[in-house]
Amino acid sequence: MITDLIFVALALLTVVPAVWVAFSPNIVHAGFALLFTLLGAAGLYAFLGADFIAVTQVMVYVGGVLVLVLFTVMMTRVPQQGRRRHGLDHYVPAAVLSLAVFGLLYKAITSVQWNARAVPAQPTTAEIGVNLMSNYIFPFEYVSLVLLAAMIGAAILIREHRNGDGPDGDRDEEVAS
Amino acid sequence: MNVGLPHFLTVSAALFSLGLFAVMSRRNAVGILMGVELMLNAANINFVAFSRYVQHGIDGQLMAAFVIVLAAAEAAVALAIVLAMFRNFGTVHADAVQSLKR
Repeated sequence: MITDLIFVALALLTVVPAVWVAFSPNIVHAGFALLFTLLGAAGLYAFLGADFIAVTQVMVYVGGVLVLVLFTVMMTRVPQQGRRRHGLDHYVPAAVLSLAVFGLLYKAITSVQWNARAVPAQPTTAEIGVNLMSNYIFPFEYVSLVLLAAMIGAAILIREHRNGDGPDGDRDEEVAS
Repeated sequence: MNVGLPHFLTVSAALFSLGLFAVMSRRNAVGILMGVELMLNAANINFVAFSRYVQHGIDGQLMAAFVIVLAAAEAAVALAIVLAMFRNFGTVHADAVQSLKR
């Protein structure tokens, strides 16, 4: 019964802040709510016996992606602009479609007879490492290429464009060197 | 209540629907990105839950790890685009930007 309580706590920790992420008019509050949702998801992974994935979630999402998101939110705040009133016509299609999707998924989940059976959880880190170096070596390498491309692409995207004013750019380079 | 696979799938479905709502209703581009992150996490919970209860192997967890990596790459590029958009247009509202250059 204690496991049920833990599961309910983790599920609430995941879903309730997600409601806040979806509905909060303040984007900074939504960003901080996303923190709790991601931590709750990490707890669910740990509950499912996926220890490596749980730690990766905390390190990559909470430590990396969320910091980037909050950084961007605070960089791009324009006062008196987020307070725009939303028309109801903006919310109605979104609410209808997401409720329909949830209804469909819930119907599918409850109507299927799952052949589910839990086996005792084992440490997964060693097995993940072995698989990444054997069965999954090509996806592993592809993903490293994708990360390199994303890094270069992000750096190029936010680069200052100096081609319009040559002397300015030259002066900056001299200062840099 | 004996926690099982359907409970995790229900949590994941709720998370996915909330992410879909955020993507469709938010005007701030960063808010849309938060919705996408919610949907990716919902898919990840499904991967790990099926790996635990049905497949009894490691493949689902490896898929979840790849999803996390790709989500990190996607967030980096998307936030770079948002910052460039803010610098060029002075706004981060997705429906206010309708041209590729200033």
